[in-house]
Amino acid sequence: MAMEILLLLGLLAAALWTVMTTRLLRSVVGLALTSAVLSIIIFRLNSPVAAVFELSVCAGLIPVIFITTISFTQRIAKSQIQERRRERFIRFFLLPVIVVVAGLALLRWLKIPALMLPAAAGETDVRLLLWDVRHLDLLGQIVILLAGAFAVVILFKEPRK
Amino acid sequence: MLSLFVSIPFLSLIVFNIPGKHSTRLALFWSAFLFIVQSALALLFSTGTINPVARQLSRIFIFKLSLDPLSLLLLLSIGVAAFAALLAGNNLFREKSQKSNFINLLMVAVIGMNATVLAADLFSVYIFMEIVAVSSFVLISIQKDRLALEGAFKYMVMSSIATCLMLVSIALIILVCGDTDFGVVASGLCAQSGNPIVKLAIGLFLCGLFIKSGLVPFHGWLPDAYSAAPSAVSVLLAGIITKVTGVYVLMRLVISVFGINPAIQNLLMLAGAVSIAFGALAALTQHDFKRMLAYSSISQVGYIILGLGCATPLAIAGAAFHFFNHTIFKTLLFINAAAVEKQAGSIQMDNLGGLSEKMPVTGATSVIALLSTAGIPPLAGFWSKLIIIMALWSAGNFAYAYIAVIFSVVTLAYFLSMQRRVFFGKLALSLESVKEAGAGITIPAALLAGITVAAGVGFFWVLDKLILPIQEILR
Amino acid sequence: MMTPELSQVFWLYSIFAALLFITGLYCVLATFNLIRVLVGVEILIKAATLLIIVCGQLTGRQALAQAIVITLIVIEVVIMVAAGGVILCLYKHNHSIDTRKLKNLKG
Repeated sequence: MAMEILLLLGLLAAALWTVMTTRLLRSVVGLALTSAVLSIIIFRLNSPVAAVFELSVCAGLIPVIFITTISFTQRIAKSQIQERRRERFIRFFLLPVIVVVAGLALLRWLKIPALMLPAAAGETDVRLLLWDVRHLDLLGQIVILLAGAFAVVILFKEPRK
Repeated sequence: MLSLFVSIPFLSLIVFNIPGKHSTRLALFWSAFLFIVQSALALLFSTGTINPVARQLSRIFIFKLSLDPLSLLLLLSIGVAAFAALLAGNNLFREKSQKSNFINLLMVAVIGMNATVLAADLFSVYIFMEIVAVSSFVLISIQKDRLALEGAFKYMVMSSIATCLMLVSIALIILVCGDTDFGVVASGLCAQSGNPIVKLAIGLFLCGLFIKSGLVPFHGWLPDAYSAAPSAVSVLLAGIITKVTGVYVLMRLVISVFGINPAIQNLLMLAGAVSIAFGALAALTQHDFKRMLAYSSISQVGYIILGLGCATPLAIAGAAFHFFNHTIFKTLLFINAAAVEKQAGSIQMDNLGGLSEKMPVTGATSVIALLSTAGIPPLAGFWSKLIIIMALWSAGNFAYAYIAVIFSVVTLAYFLSMQRRVFFGKLALSLESVKEAGAGITIPAALLAGITVAAGVGFFWVLDKLILPIQEILR
Repeated sequence: MMTPELSQVFWLYSIFAALLFITGLYCVLATFNLIRVLVGVEILIKAATLLIIVCGQLTGRQALAQAIVITLIVIEVVIMVAAGGVILCLYKHNHSIDTRKLKNLKG
């Protein structure tokens, strides 16, 4: 139990750092770190396949996508960074306050009502479940990847002059 | 058999992208054919003429899909709206590469919508809603002009927040029921319906769906997205996409999964009534043609939700019929807006005037559409509004019935004002050289106007074959 | 029946999922940078992922939860790619990724 609490606190801390840090690239690195901690938590919750996906895609592929997008857009000047820092601080200093207050409030007042949990049943292997039972989801994944391919072709292509 | 509705568009999508000289034209004709076939099949299924054949073929089930009268009505609407949007897009996008991009994304959106309508599993419905959202998001940005990109970005952010709410709800539903299949979830939620976790799950899912349908107070993205998108895309977006991903899913889940209880009913009726009022009043003050139509959409969707909230069999039948009618006349109105924008070059209503002499087909079909929207007999819109109002009255919701009637009059007012500003009146000097739009726009416009008149005049046939069967799903 | 230990586990994880949700929502609403809006959306989806996996573990349906999360990750990637493309095209018009420049639509 102690390990879980530590990991969850680490997750929240990483997410807070991601939101509050001033430089955009550090924010993306923070996102990768958050995903890594989340994948460890998922692994400890008996879901190894999902943990691997989370680690490889959300901590790997998505930061690469972000960095590609950032690299195409302009870097702001050093002087602007200083003045931005003060402005950002004013806007974002509320966030840890809200998080701590909400956390304490939930700790005190959140009561989970008694619930009947359903009996464990159905397919237990992810791979069999995905390939034999949930075919429609697989078709959905293929179609959305095609839609993503079209998005790349339409949006990223330079018009020929 | 049902999986064909999803597999065939999918295979067509692959085939379209095989390079070839005439591939765009081939894609166009095949898509048009496919949409006509879909509409025809949906109509034939409803009238019961091909049931024996279908029953044989349905042994070849590959996917977990299910069909019932509401889905049939939706398939018909999707076929008709996609056909109209396809022809409009072919006419409005001049470049070949843009045409082929449009047709491909339209096919992706249709795959998504067909599967949303036929799926019987909560998470599958979610996946295909996301497919439709991503493809419509890219469709809005297809011409890459600044306003469209802004509208697309706002739409994407609101859609992602709705996504997150729905996912949290699905997590809680798994905790309570153990599976995401509609039947299992319905019985699981029913068994523990007093539990706060169940109420939270239902509430979160409804919030997500309200955002997706554009109901007040979550309507912020809708006018921007509808008016900034290229006209052919607005036709698709307003005509069918927002309704399938938001309103249909809301109807299906409230009826078959969450169950009808007084709290949900009151919430739906309140949201519906506020949307009707807000949409109608906001539409009165607009100067931009497409923005006015967007607020009008919010108002009409409010009618559908009001009918759904009333939840008697008659009310739900009225809501479904209004859904179909709204698809037809909103698509028609946006096609007219597209024609006006292309030929006259502007959609600011103050700059237009007297276009009905130069664009007779557009003017005439626009009159038919607005009469149907406002609920004037004998057009189809009159019947659906009448059914909803009658159902509200007989269930005792007098206040809501009054609101529905009053804002029907307001609807007539703003549409007449639009018609006067754009089509009647004196022809502005700068518009002397305007001609009627090409066949690609006038044909769908005439077809849709024809359907509106036919559905209104042949109302009893429509009621018997398409609408009354929907009442069975309540049992 | 949900035993007290399971109840406590769920309580702990749901608090953190809620806090993560608040963080993500704050990021989406308070930032002036388009790319940070996407980071906020990512954090929102992570909160949902955590909750889905926890609910799967508690009911013994880890397979279903993992299948959902895998599909969700694919959807997430496609949304990020499409949104990144839109931001790039916006940058070409406005030469900035500031959300305050997106005031052209009357809302």
